[in-house]
Amino acid sequence: MPTFEQFKLPDAGEGLTEAEIVHWHVAVGDEVTVNQTIVEIETAKSLVELPSPFTGVVSELLVAEGTTVDVGVPIIVVDTDPGGAAPAAPVAAPAAEPAAVPAEKPADGSAAASSGSVLVGYGTVEQGTARRRRRTPEAQPAPASAPTERPAAAPAALPAAAPTVLPDARAVVVLAKPPVRKLAKDLGVDLAGVHATGPGGIVTREDVVAHHELGEARSLATYEGDEPWLQSGGVTPDGRQTRVPVKSVRKRTAEAMVASAFTAPHVTVFQTVDVTRTMKLVGKLREDREFADVRVTPLLVTAKAMLLAVNRHPEINASWDDEAREIVYKHYVNLGIAAATPRGLVVPNIKDAHRLDLLGLARGIADLTATARAGRTSPRDMSDGTITITNVGVFGIDTGTPILNPGEAAILAFGAIRQQPWVHKGKIRKRWVTQLALSFDHRLVDGALGSRFLADVARVLEDPAQGLVWG
Amino acid sequence: MNQHPDEGAPLVQLVTPEGVRVTTDENAAYRERVAHLDAAALRDLYRDMVLVRRFDTEATSLQRQGELGLFAQSLGQEAAQIGSGRAMAPQDYAFPSYREHGVAHTRGVDLADVLRLFRGVDHGGWDPTAHNFHLYTLVIGSHTLHATGYAMGVQRDGLVGTGDPERDTAVVTYFGDGATSQGDVSEALVFAAVNNAPVVLFCQNNQWAISEPTSKQTRVPLVRRGDGFGVPSVRVDGNDVLACYAVTAEALERARSGGGPTFVEAYTYRMGAHTTSDDPSRYRSAAQEDYWRQRDPIDRLAVLLRSEDAWDESWAADLQAESDALGERLRETVRGFTAPPSSSMFDHVYASEHATVAAEQAWFAEYETSFADAGGAAQGGAR
Repeated sequence: MPTFEQFKLPDAGEGLTEAEIVHWHVAVGDEVTVNQTIVEIETAKSLVELPSPFTGVVSELLVAEGTTVDVGVPIIVVDTDPGGAAPAAPVAAPAAEPAAVPAEKPADGSAAASSGSVLVGYGTVEQGTARRRRRTPEAQPAPASAPTERPAAAPAALPAAAPTVLPDARAVVVLAKPPVRKLAKDLGVDLAGVHATGPGGIVTREDVVAHHELGEARSLATYEGDEPWLQSGGVTPDGRQTRVPVKSVRKRTAEAMVASAFTAPHVTVFQTVDVTRTMKLVGKLREDREFADVRVTPLLVTAKAMLLAVNRHPEINASWDDEAREIVYKHYVNLGIAAATPRGLVVPNIKDAHRLDLLGLARGIADLTATARAGRTSPRDMSDGTITITNVGVFGIDTGTPILNPGEAAILAFGAIRQQPWVHKGKIRKRWVTQLALSFDHRLVDGALGSRFLADVARVLEDPAQGLVWG
Repeated sequence: MNQHPDEGAPLVQLVTPEGVRVTTDENAAYRERVAHLDAAALRDLYRDMVLVRRFDTEATSLQRQGELGLFAQSLGQEAAQIGSGRAMAPQDYAFPSYREHGVAHTRGVDLADVLRLFRGVDHGGWDPTAHNFHLYTLVIGSHTLHATGYAMGVQRDGLVGTGDPERDTAVVTYFGDGATSQGDVSEALVFAAVNNAPVVLFCQNNQWAISEPTSKQTRVPLVRRGDGFGVPSVRVDGNDVLACYAVTAEALERARSGGGPTFVEAYTYRMGAHTTSDDPSRYRSAAQEDYWRQRDPIDRLAVLLRSEDAWDESWAADLQAESDALGERLRETVRGFTAPPSSSMFDHVYASEHATVAAEQAWFAEYETSFADAGGAAQGGAR
């Protein structure tokens, strides 16, 4: 008889409470053996491959790639006895266990509350518990008019039992002093749902009172059409806002942006440039047999122009080491390309880009973007960048004032290329024109250097033949 | 410019990374110390290393499956640990840090018990006096002082320099390159040197103190630390099990005979992450890892065994089976480890009965029952 075993998301670090499912290495129906890699997850610390604890056949993947789930939530179901005889009456038995797991968003179940099942560290029992519980219809019988249920988000086929307690959800240990417990009892407050602010996660008297008042004030109206539309996060008690915890790529992006914006004084210089010759070159390269298997874009020529300009102004390819009070000049160029991916903004870089010829550079860009789009960019791909291009033109934008990738001294924004009237050889012509913007760290890059650098990039884009002179 | 701290000091090596024996005038004395190791003995060393590595990979998987809170791999350091561990006599005493699974194995500790600590169900896992193998020390370098103090105790018990091979005792303490930056290690060297303590300070230089390279710990090869304290020092290829055995045997003999301490730098490489919470790809290159993969201690001994006709296919198959069985036993044993009752924390405070502890234990039991209404308060970390 088939035996279904669930594998719950473990804490792959110390005290981590959640992770994102990045890539499944197995599919439903695959055979797996003990310790075979089944899934790659991304924690706040790193990408980690998880080995199967079972031998058997994969019967269900409970969490989709790209989804963040709490530690302790089942992510896969493995039939450890697939060869076994079928059950006598093929009724609920095989379906029952997996069905009890909300396939789309398991974090709704109160297993999320027991993300405190970390062996090390302090866990985050309280905050997870407080918000999420409140949303489930069972936990909070809302007024009939208030649309507290998520509208379109809820999968139609969700079994009725779905948002309830997972089969083996553990009881939550709530820390509170006896008088506080009594107060909670008197007020009819469930301590497990109270957000604790006391030391070591203890629920204080104030917490209980605040929770009680919150409960009373909850019946504010929500207008039709203003229902929450996000599938993640927690809806505020008045139903008018959704609050999503900042995590994963978003968190790192925010940290990097703040670190960069508030430590490096940014200056941005702009130049509008006629790139008609670059467009012609791109056209020619696309017909070139050597470039047949790679995608040739204006970005490629821009990358090359940037490398040529770095060669002429190597001082810009540097970083500020605040701790050592030193400027670090790099003898190599790891060329970063900002990429918008399903998981957010990532800036992988092409290692030793200065040593690549144009074809090698084209391949480098292609590999990097393919990896980024697949969501498989590793920390190593993103580390040790020296200078970056952000291609805002793909969104149809003229230009922007980019923020430096931390640890770098310059970033080039490459705008949309449009046909515009342009004075060319004394006459107004229809030409391909774009705007370039270069932000630089004014601690180590003076206006003169930044301006010359940008002018050189523009010079090559205006006339790629200049590359022959500077190459 | 300063030279890189990993260069410029002679290295004792008996087998090259290609698995060929090294015969030089300089290593003659060390060659003699392994001359008695016949084919069977070499196979035993190989078996030790393979089993420890299997333990290591299994434990890593168990952590990834949520069965352990944390694990620190010894991957790549098997030769340093097995070679030095097997050179010890039963009466010798070892003070490990937290990565010495190979040494634990040589001291007869059941490797499954090592995982009690990493599962978070026990502060130790074994009886140190039953194995002359101290509990793992997580604080970096502090146990080098404990070891030196223990060695001074051995001295005062008259267990040094009697000439009785079953009585004379040495102490070994294991620590890493990062620990050499700790004051405790320097203090241990001072006390060991001036007291002529019978202690071997065995430094596994695996080149990474979490994410800090050796170049951020020292300007000179670590082996020269010993010289500064007046402690005889030797640098050994830490991925050469025979050289590690020979060098440790020499140091132990010096200690037991009353010749005092020795500082050993076993130059090796941490092939895995610092712990399962670490991601080394953030701070070191794949090229460096590949370089060291070519210098794997187990592969090296395998080549030597084959070239000396000491390899036996049926033995190798048995070892594979033994290693698989170990993996399976570890999985089952670890999943069976449950949290001890919280009252057990009172058990090891004093060796004998103690009224205050008994009173506190009684109070705690009562306190715990008061949580009964909250449900599950007393279940601790069981999973």
